Amino acid sequence: MGSMVGASVVRKEDPALLTGRGTFVDDIRLSGTVHMVFVRSYTAHARILSIDTTGAARLPGVLGVWTNADLEGLPASRSVPGMQRPCLAKDTVHFVGEPVAVVVATDRYLAADAAEAVLVEYEDLPVMASIAAATAEGATPIMDGLPSNVVLEQQLSATDAEAELAAAPHRLAIALVNQRCAAVPMEPTVCLADWQSSGLTIWATSQTPHHMRNEIAQMFGLSQQEVRFVAPDVGGGFGAKASFYPEFLLTAELSRRLRRPVKYVETRSENMTSMVHGRAQEHDVEVGFDDEGHLLALRVRITQDCGGWPDSTGIGLPTLTSFMSGGCYKIPTIAPSFRSVVTNTTPVGSYRGAGRPEASYMIERVVDHVAAELGIDPLDVRRRNFVQPGEMPYATQFEGIVYDEADFPGALDKLLEHVDYEALRTEQAARREDPTAPLLGIGFSTFVEMGGFGPTPLFEQFGYVGGWESANVRLNVDGSAVIKVGTSPHGQGHQTAFAQIVADQLSVPFERITLIHGDTATVQEGIGTMGSRGVPVGGSAVFKAANKVRDKAIRIAAHMLEADESDIELADGRFSVRGAPDQGVDMAEVAVRAFKPHLLPDGFDLGLDETAFHEPTNLSYPSGAHCCVVEIDRDTGKVLIRRYVAVDDCGVVINPLMAKGQIHGGVAQGIAQALIEEVTYAENGQPGAGTLVDYTVPSAKDLPRYETDHLVTPTSFNPLGAKGLGESGATAAPQAVVNAVVDAMGHLGVRTIDMPCTPQKVWRVLNAALAAHENGS
Amino acid sequence: MSHHKVRITVNGTAGEDEVEARQLLVHYLRETRGLTGTHVGCDTSNCGACTVLLDGRTVKSCTVFTVTADGTDVLTVEGLDEHGEMSPVQQGFQACHGLQCGYCTPGMVMSATGLLLEQPDPDDDAIRDGIEGNLCRCTGYDMIVDSVRWAAAHGGAGTAATAHAEGKV
Ligand code: FES
Ligand code: FES
Repeated sequence: MGSMVGASVVRKEDPALLTGRGTFVDDIRLSGTVHMVFVRSYTAHARILSIDTTGAARLPGVLGVWTNADLEGLPASRSVPGMQRPCLAKDTVHFVGEPVAVVVATDRYLAADAAEAVLVEYEDLPVMASIAAATAEGATPIMDGLPSNVVLEQQLSATDAEAELAAAPHRLAIALVNQRCAAVPMEPTVCLADWQSSGLTIWATSQTPHHMRNEIAQMFGLSQQEVRFVAPDVGGGFGAKASFYPEFLLTAELSRRLRRPVKYVETRSENMTSMVHGRAQEHDVEVGFDDEGHLLALRVRITQDCGGWPDSTGIGLPTLTSFMSGGCYKIPTIAPSFRSVVTNTTPVGSYRGAGRPEASYMIERVVDHVAAELGIDPLDVRRRNFVQPGEMPYATQFEGIVYDEADFPGALDKLLEHVDYEALRTEQAARREDPTAPLLGIGFSTFVEMGGFGPTPLFEQFGYVGGWESANVRLNVDGSAVIKVGTSPHGQGHQTAFAQIVADQLSVPFERITLIHGDTATVQEGIGTMGSRGVPVGGSAVFKAANKVRDKAIRIAAHMLEADESDIELADGRFSVRGAPDQGVDMAEVAVRAFKPHLLPDGFDLGLDETAFHEPTNLSYPSGAHCCVVEIDRDTGKVLIRRYVAVDDCGVVINPLMAKGQIHGGVAQGIAQALIEEVTYAENGQPGAGTLVDYTVPSAKDLPRYETDHLVTPTSFNPLGAKGLGESGATAAPQAVVNAVVDAMGHLGVRTIDMPCTPQKVWRVLNAALAAHENGS
Repeated sequence: MSHHKVRITVNGTAGEDEVEARQLLVHYLRETRGLTGTHVGCDTSNCGACTVLLDGRTVKSCTVFTVTADGTDVLTVEGLDEHGEMSPVQQGFQACHGLQCGYCTPGMVMSATGLLLEQPDPDDDAIRDGIEGNLCRCTGYDMIVDSVRWAAAHGGAGTAATAHAEGKV
């Protein structure tokens, strides 16, 4: 049997999903289930004067209507003290879409009818729908009892770098916006709660079932044993399903009151205003550099839009942006600071990459600005500033942020093997001369991000018990194996990847290994799936548990073969004695023997069933180099991606097929942020993106083919050498695309354009530049 | 709200049910017929997660009222099965890693099947055209395109879908 790790095996999870036999939360049928529908605020900031539920309560099929006043004592979601969000708006609403009441009826159509019949009277308050409005002189504070809308302010360095900036030969100020995006998992939020006398079971679309169990148990004052949280098949999460949502608590509470299972299925329109958004940062950057483009000092002032209620993850995102603001460069002085601001908009939480894509976009745009300012090649600026492979692990100035093994210049070199840079520059020059040809732009992104989330002290800040992950591996008496793991996938293919790891460790056929996940009743403990921690942390726990089983199996085999443990070899599912290959026992025989105390050494702990925890001592730092080549139509401003090439270093790759899929998906989201997606609000807080009609998620026609390659620099910080990959594409792509768009117009003096680079915006920038150019020349 | 009697054949099984006039076909399939493979991803007919074949043509079942499907023959993802084997399209998606979370997948598979019924040998552009109405947030589409091309080379729409289409169209 060859090594399974590194093999492109097809996924175990696919047949069920492909034949309609997957189990998503809304597919679960419990008899007697009733349906909950929200009444949501249509105004962004208002005092609730009255709520009249009488008409709704009388409608057919309605079991009840509840407002905040009817749910006295129901706890608020965890957040910064003083800013906890109640399940239903109490006296004021903070954003369009905030729930103000719930209706439960026997049928979801009837519940929706009744929700329409609830009458809410509002008294409008001044709306702070943007950072600018919320921080303006005389702005109305949104949070009761707080004097301003700046809810958190932090300086993450000892200096503001003013002296270093002033001393640098060149100094440049750059303003960047990382626009608000929506995660848009194809499955919206769904939950089903069943409160029995024995306790509460809740099935929900979540990335973090154990974390949710802990929160819910604490909120209801139940023991963790009384709450079972199940995340079955989950239709995408992208970070947004790591947050706690009021519906989890409400369905549970109403199931308790009604003594029936209560289900909530979010509509897409609700999802667009109710599920946390991502990004939403503004950056004021100053950079100091010398004539050759060596970066000398960087000051980054970040403003995070938190939306209407600070999410416990969302409020901390700028710390990650700050930590990663140096990118893959050695910058002697980095001075990040941030402020988190509340606005009358949907709350902001984590979205694929959570805080690091913002940093990566910032520093990679800065590098291109420096190159343009000095008139040198952007690749030269990168090469002159890279942290070198020999300097790894590289301790940044931020405590605990130590880049692991990586080869930043190597990744760029490998990228350039795929891209004939000279030829592209020649073509670009030719096209600039030919007014009938589309403009050509070449953009690069050499990036480093964070994966393998933990360690515990860092992760605790986001409200988790720890940053470890747990796994249990059991060898059955027939020689098959079962894995239980605390990570809870939503498309990442854990069944397949973890079976590959165990197949290698135990020499058990891949087909005979199954995975159990996402259920707090069957999986001992877990933290969850986010921050590219599946393989580096979850996989490492699986690896360790499998190793414990293997060690024990070797002891049994040695006993059976009357040999020394150190002489036992395991290959092709068979233990044999080194040098005497005929003498052997197979895995199933060993597994059976594991349950026969009279045939084992005295005091042998029966069974082959081992649990292990992996606590990362460091984050992992996936890195890489991406290149995007764009064509810009001069008449329409439409940006066409001609090529997208990605070289990624995620350390050891468990399954190249799945790794490719994750890169594609991440890059797709990154390209979409660069070109298409943006959640907007009118001044009065009305969302401009309330459905998939107004919020464009790219289709197959909008996205290019991707070319991918890998550089493998294993990390020494986990036993697998894997760094994680899920967020790399979304972290790397936006700036590769935007750098290309700017590069296409660079000869006209264009230095900047904000995402998304829609045709209209590009057309405007292009024509303004052309006009200025003609006037000037 | 008025109620109506409908006769709809789903995956070869006839059914007669009384439904509310406003009920959407996707809810009929999921709730009344218990076939939860067909998914709902939006309320604006944009995502395609609910795609099924209705008398041989792909439709978004969230855009069809059950009453208007009276007398039709519907094929859902559960009906693609060929004697316990996955159809070529389903196999193609597994072989080429055309799915991750799997939520868009039933709709995507049905659209691809419908495309191959019409165009047995589409090129990449035609495939992208054919699945344009189906959104996938996980894959970035490239490997879905590969999956459909794989299916075209290994039996196309498959026997169940072909029989369904020929039976009615
Ligand atoms: S659910 Fe039918 S198109 Fe989205
Ligand atoms: S596989 Fe997740 S949406 Fe397509």
